[in-house]
Parts: sequence; structure tokens; C-alpha cells
Amino acid sequence: MIKYIIRRLLQMIPVFLGATFILYFLVYALPGDPWAGRCGDRECPPAYVEAFKREYNLNEPLLVRYALYMGRLLQGDLGRNFRGNYVIDELIARYPTTLKLALIALAWTAVIGITAGIIAALRKGRFIDHLITVSTLVVISIPVFVIGAMSQFAILKTGLTDIIAVTASAGTLQQLILPGIVLGSLSVAYIARLTRTTLVENLRADYVRTAKAKGLTRQRTIGIHALRNSLIPVITYLGFDFGSLMGGAIVTERIFNINGIGGFIFQSITARDGANVVGAVTILVMVYLLMNLIVDVLYGVLDPRISHD
Amino acid sequence: MTDAANEPATQVASAGQPDAVGVQADERHASLWSDAWRDMRRNPLFWICVGLIAVFLVMAAFPTLFTRADPEYCILSNARQAPSAAHLFGTDIQGCDVYARTIHGARASILVGLLATLATTTMGIIIGTISAYAGGWVDTLLSRVGEIFFAIPILLGGIVILYSLPMPDKQPLLLQVGKVVMAIAVLGWPSLARIMRSSVLQVKPNEYVQAARALGASPLRVITSHILPNALAPIIVVATINLGQYIALEATLSFLGIGLRPPAFSWGQAISQASGLGYIVNTPHMLLFPSLFLSLTVLSFIMLGEVVRDALDPKLR
Amino acid sequence: MTSEHLLDVRDLRVEFRTRDGVAKAINGVSFHLDERETLAILGESGSGKSVTAQAIMGILDTPPGYVTGGEVFLRGQDLLKLPEQQRQAVRGPQISMIFQDALSSLNPVFPVGWQIAEMFRIHKGMNRSDAQAEAVRLMERVKIPAAKERVKAYPHQFSGGMRQRIMIAMAIALDPAVLIADEPTTALDVTVQAQIMQLLKELQAESGMGLILITHDLGVVADVADRISVMYAGRIVESAGVHDLYGRPAHAYTKGLLDSIPRLDQRGQTLYAIGGLPPNLMRIPPGCPFNPRCVYATDVCRSGEPPALVEVLPRRLAACHHTKEVLADGRA
Repeated sequence: MIKYIIRRLLQMIPVFLGATFILYFLVYALPGDPWAGRCGDRECPPAYVEAFKREYNLNEPLLVRYALYMGRLLQGDLGRNFRGNYVIDELIARYPTTLKLALIALAWTAVIGITAGIIAALRKGRFIDHLITVSTLVVISIPVFVIGAMSQFAILKTGLTDIIAVTASAGTLQQLILPGIVLGSLSVAYIARLTRTTLVENLRADYVRTAKAKGLTRQRTIGIHALRNSLIPVITYLGFDFGSLMGGAIVTERIFNINGIGGFIFQSITARDGANVVGAVTILVMVYLLMNLIVDVLYGVLDPRISHD
Repeated sequence: MTDAANEPATQVASAGQPDAVGVQADERHASLWSDAWRDMRRNPLFWICVGLIAVFLVMAAFPTLFTRADPEYCILSNARQAPSAAHLFGTDIQGCDVYARTIHGARASILVGLLATLATTTMGIIIGTISAYAGGWVDTLLSRVGEIFFAIPILLGGIVILYSLPMPDKQPLLLQVGKVVMAIAVLGWPSLARIMRSSVLQVKPNEYVQAARALGASPLRVITSHILPNALAPIIVVATINLGQYIALEATLSFLGIGLRPPAFSWGQAISQASGLGYIVNTPHMLLFPSLFLSLTVLSFIMLGEVVRDALDPKLR
Repeated sequence: MTSEHLLDVRDLRVEFRTRDGVAKAINGVSFHLDERETLAILGESGSGKSVTAQAIMGILDTPPGYVTGGEVFLRGQDLLKLPEQQRQAVRGPQISMIFQDALSSLNPVFPVGWQIAEMFRIHKGMNRSDAQAEAVRLMERVKIPAAKERVKAYPHQFSGGMRQRIMIAMAIALDPAVLIADEPTTALDVTVQAQIMQLLKELQAESGMGLILITHDLGVVADVADRISVMYAGRIVESAGVHDLYGRPAHAYTKGLLDSIPRLDQRGQTLYAIGGLPPNLMRIPPGCPFNPRCVYATDVCRSGEPPALVEVLPRRLAACHHTKEVLADGRA
């Protein structure tokens, strides 16, 4: 098991380096001056450009610059942004909110999604199954920002704004409920479909036939034998989803005015603050890769065919 | 089901000869497609999706068929009016006709979706096939590269790419579309390459492929006539679904202000403009109609992909 | 009406209702089994042998499979008339089944000991440690080495033969009266095959259970079975003791099967095989279902009802219009 973890960690390193290099390349090596927009709408004075180039080592070859950047990154230094603050500080201030948001989304996804998937699988072919299948398709098709705007509309029109907030600038748990649901809506749909698919597949498996031949009740056959197998891919998908939730929160945070990492990225795009954007996205990619690693390990733990070899 | 049993008279009492039990490989893959087509033809959902898609495609190509109004003709004093006889969907915050904007917005949105799908699918097919066919270090290299690009979530990566590309105001539509398409293509090809690779790997060891090679068919011929037809099925399903998702992705990017910009106009932009809380409550029509068109388009592509997948799935035969 | 046999299947009928039509999988199958007896059910793929077993056990996939007629008496009680809950109580303690592919038939995510012990926990209400101890005992009984350690292992960590033993252990855990073995050795090497069959015989001798062996392999049957019933297109076409059947088949199909076995003294000659294919169960030909492929077939075989399964010699049944000729021809 330990060997497996170490192997996966080693595999992750080149991928991480490659991905961050690409990001770095995109921001600092493409045509277009990285200092554009830092001086407002005017051209930057030559002195500023020189100082900028020196600070960011822009006179060095690309790989050297990248190496220096990564070196600083590993020490927790993501550089400074337009306003002169350390990027890393800005991120630290904001990540708890995004974390809360992502956790709410995840909880909602897991509970509703898995339940819906189980129901659809057990009642395969009947009305409720078709209903769930179609509604998940519809939810997947409607982009998150539309769902967000629609939900705000619904709450405002029905006057429930006291119970459910439509903006969440304070970032309290109560305010994050609606955004959490909106953020998780896409995932609910995917989890429900995944649960349904794996459960249907497992219900057809030979070992289910054996369980029946052993005289086990239907509840036990489905609830213990089939479900235990089906939940492996589902739980691992949830872990993987959590990683991407952190990144996908951009749109949700924009709609609900949430002051998290996503909102930070959005503001920085508008303000053309490159250090913020690169720094934040790099961190999010790191989180994503880390979650993938955790998920792989989790899968290995949950599936004895991998953990016991 | 083989029809051999329906001709018992022709197989009477031949004590010696076992009959050829297998069906020719080419017949087998031909009948998968024709079976699938037959199933799809009979499925009403298929026709609904195709119909909707056709409508939207026509809308994108010939917007003037649907509306005479000029989407650029905006009178500020008319801003934010509810739907009326003059303006079917009302007007937006700049006083433009929402109906006209919505109809004309189809072009950019669908164009991005189509081109991005074309790009990612082509790249995916080529790279995946080379990877699977060549094997060895080529395969390893391509797979690692794919993993690296795959590690960057499309939305985040798209944001960074588009952020870095200079996007001065007033760029022509095609150029802007090209940039967005490129951003999506660069990040989207790995998943298609992976699918193609595993499809080819499944088909490659089959005997009819070996037979073709033994008969001296060149690798290109083997690939195009034997491997591709069988390996294409999952690609088609995924490409169709991706089309819908890329349209949604473009809308998201435009919503965030980093996708298409004026004078290019897409549904994402319209929704972005209409999304302030004040607007949502008082003038929901600005939000509603572009959202409806966007969702319907995405839905029809995704549902079409599902229908095709069900039709091609041999397990449901 | 009761019966003096341990297991008595009478006129069993099963059909599969699909959207392309109704497939008549089992069309009036009857046979019986006594204690300490081994009955082999022989037939090609698609002849209905597994469906028969599943119908007896009550584990048919419904839909699309439906038992449309017949009776299955186990110790005098008609299983088909029992409500599902009581049927569940019968499966395991009184009648059990093992399957062909032990790897897919065992749950991959639970240890084998847990799966065997489940029989005791569920049917006998034992607690975990007692049930586990029983599982170890059973694993030793089926000759799995180092049972105490391996009880915690997972199915994929065993070889094919060992896995089959685990399935057998699970099946005999509660000392059932009847064990149905559906192609238990088809997926195994020949030597392992022999070991497994040997194990089954020993267990049968110890417990006195009746064994139904479902197979298409004539070689396996010869060693192990007391009686054979040959199935074709959902019907029993011949039923006899092992030696009688192998010596002189009474049905054209059985003769075809036996003649198809390659023999050492056939060197240089063309191998014989029965021409044609088994019928599509949705469109079974009229008359005897074997007639399109039968060398003895005449007009009477091609129309009307299929020939009935009747006694053609003492304790030998056959469903063939030309059984006399087949018997006369003997073996090729």
C-alpha cells in the first residue's frame, strides 16, 4: 500500500511540473506584455518596465525563470500583486470561505445524488427512473450561472430571502447554503447517473446471482453486496469532484458575490492583475492534483483487488 | 440473432460438414451501425434533438430568417422594457432588442462549440491512434503529455489562456472565436485521445486486423478501413456530448468577461449583462430568453449524445 | 401429491418474454434425483440446462424469465408454490448451487471467510466468531491449505481451483439435501477438473446429498454420474444410466454427440460433427426440434407434436421416433 502511494506521488510530480510550467508559459511567455494593464490604461513608463523585468527575471531564459518561480512557490512565495500585497496572503484570507462552499456542495451532492441514483437503479425502467434520468440531463445542460441566476430569481420572487440569502458577502454558513446547492447541482446530476449506472451493472453481476442462491434476502443482496461494490467508484468520484469544485466555484462566487478564491480570481481578471491570476490558478491546480492522488489512494483502499495484492 | 436456424431445409442431415458459424467481421460492424441507426430512427427523442439542433444551426447560419430587427440598433431610452409587440423578448440594459440579440447570439455560441469539437476530436483521434498503434515510448510520451494537459481543469486553464492572449477591443468575430476554440482545444484533446487510444487498443488485437496486416495492407489502410470504423463509436458519443459542453463553456467564459467580447456577441454575454440582482428581479426577461436558448441547445446535444450511446451499446441489444 | 424421490421435477416450463418475442426455453422437463445419486444434465449451450437449474433454485431473472408450468418437489414439498420468503429459507439450507466462473461468482470486496460465514450468520443466527470458526472448518473440509490464515483473503488472491473449492464450501455449509453444480469445472484445467470432481464425490459420500451436475463435457460425466439426462431445445430427449447411454444411445442427438468425440483409432479420418446449429428458441421447428440436423429424420419427425419421452428399454427413456434404428446402429 505504501509502495502504491509513493509510486503515485512520484508519478504526480512530473505532471505537476508540466502543468505549472504550461501555466507559467501561458502567462509570461505568450505575446503580449505581462505588465500590460498594470499601469491602468496608459503605457507603462520605461523605468517601471525595467524594474518589472528585473523583479520577474524577464531577462533570463524561460526555463530559468520558471525554475526560480517554482523555487519561490515551494517556499510559499507567489509574488506580489498589483496592489503590492503578497498573493499568498490574499489566498489564505479567502480559502476558508471557498472551502465551506465546496463542503456544502459536496454534502448536498452526496446525499441527494446517491439517493436519487439508488432509487433510479432499483426502479429501472419505471417512471421515477425516467424522471431522474431526464432531470439529471436537464440539470447538466443548464450552465451553472443560469441555475444560479434562476435560483436567485426564485428566492427573490417568493420572498424567502430571510431564510435563504441570495448574496453571501459575509460568507456565513447560512448565506452559503444556496450557493452551495447551486455549485453542487452539476455534481448531483453526475453522481446520480454514476450511482445508477454502477448499481445497475452490479445488480446484473454473477455474485448477485450467488447471493440469491445463498438464500439471502433482497435487502441484504442489494444493500450490502451490490452497494458495497457500487459505491467504490461513486465515493472516489466524489473525492475527485471536490477538487474540481474548488476551481469551479469561480462562477458561483461571482453570482453570489462571495469573497472566496473564485471571486478573487474573477476580480483579478477584471483588474488584469496577472500575479493574482497565475498564483491562484496554480494553487488550485495543485489542490486538484492532490485530490486526484488522494482519490487514487482511496480507491486502492476501498477496492481489495488493489490494496491486497 | 443469426438467421441460420430459419433455413433448416438447406442444412439437412449433412453428416460431415460443420457449418460456418461466425459472421464475417465486416458484416458484424456494419450491422452494429445499421442496427443503431434503426434504433435511433424509431426513437422520438432522437428526432426531437435533431430537430432542435437543426433549428439552432439554421439560426446561427441565417439569423435574418428569424428576425428583421438589427441587434446593434439600441436606443438607450428604450432600455429594460418588458416583452411587448414591438420587442418580442423585451429590451436589454442598453436598449437593444433581446429577441434580435438572442437570435444573432446563436452564431458565435454554436460556432465556438462546433469548431472546438472539431479541433479536439481531430487532435484526439490522430494522437490517440498514433499512441495506440505505435506503442512503446511514443505511447508513453504522448500519454504523459496528455496527462499534463488533462491535469489543468478546462475552465481554469481556459481562463488563464484567454487572459494571456491579447484581446484588444473590436476584434473581428472569427479571430475571437478562433482564440476561444484554441483555448478549449489545447485543454480538451487529452480526454478524446485517451478514449481513442483505448478503443484502438481494444480493436487492434482482433483477428481481422491481423489478417489484413498479413495480407500486406499498409498501416494507414488497416487503420482507416478496419480499426477506425469500430473504434469510432465511443468517440462519436463523446464528441456529441462535448459539443454541448463546449457551448456551455464558451458561455461561461463570456459570462466571466474573458470569452467573446463586443462586437462579437454570444448568449453568455447576454446572460452576464442581465445577471445583476436588481435586473433579475425587475427585468427577468433579459435573463430568461438567452438562458432558455442556451440551455435548449446544450440539452439537445447532450441528449443526442445519450441517444446515440444507447443505440450503439451492444449490451442493450 | 407427494413423491418418493428426494427431488422430483415434473413438466417444468419456462419462457423468456423479450421485446423481440417469446423464447420457449424449457418445454416440459421432468426428472428426479435420489439421495447419494449423481444426475448429469447434458446438452449444448442454449439447450436450457442452466435455466432449468435456476428455475429449480428460484433465481431466474424475472423479468424476462417466467416459470409457466410444472412442479418441483423437494422432499415432497412443491417449491414453485412457496411464497418468496419461504423459498429463501430453502435456498442454502436445503438446496444450493455452484456456478461456472468462481471469480465472478464470488463478491470481490469481501473476504472469503466472511462470505462463507454469512451462511451461518444469516440462516442460523450465529455470531461472528462462531460463524468464522465454521468457515475455517469448511475451508479445511474442502482441502484449502492454511485455512486459518487464508480465511481473511479475498477471492482474487486464490487460484481458479481454490476459488471453486470456496464456492463448494459455501454451498455445502448448511448440509443441503441437493447440490446443483452448473458447469463447475468448465473454466478449469483438466487436472484441477479431476480434483474438483473428486472432491464433490467425497463430499457426497460423506453427507449423502444428491448431486445434479450440469455440463456439456461428456468426458467429465462418464466418471462421476450415475444417470444422465440429455437436453435439447428445452426438452429432455434421452435419460438413462451412464453405462447404458455410452454403450448404446437411444436418441439420434445423443448418438451424434457421442460420435463427435475424437478417438485415437480414428487417425487420418475426417472428424465427425453434427451439422447445423441449435434452433432459435423463439422459432422452434415443428415436430422434433432436432429434425433439421438429424440423419434419421423422416416426415413423421418434421411435423406435429415432438415425440414424447417414453420408456424404450427398462429404465431408459428416449424421445425419438427412430429409437430402434439408433439403438441398432450402436456406436460409430
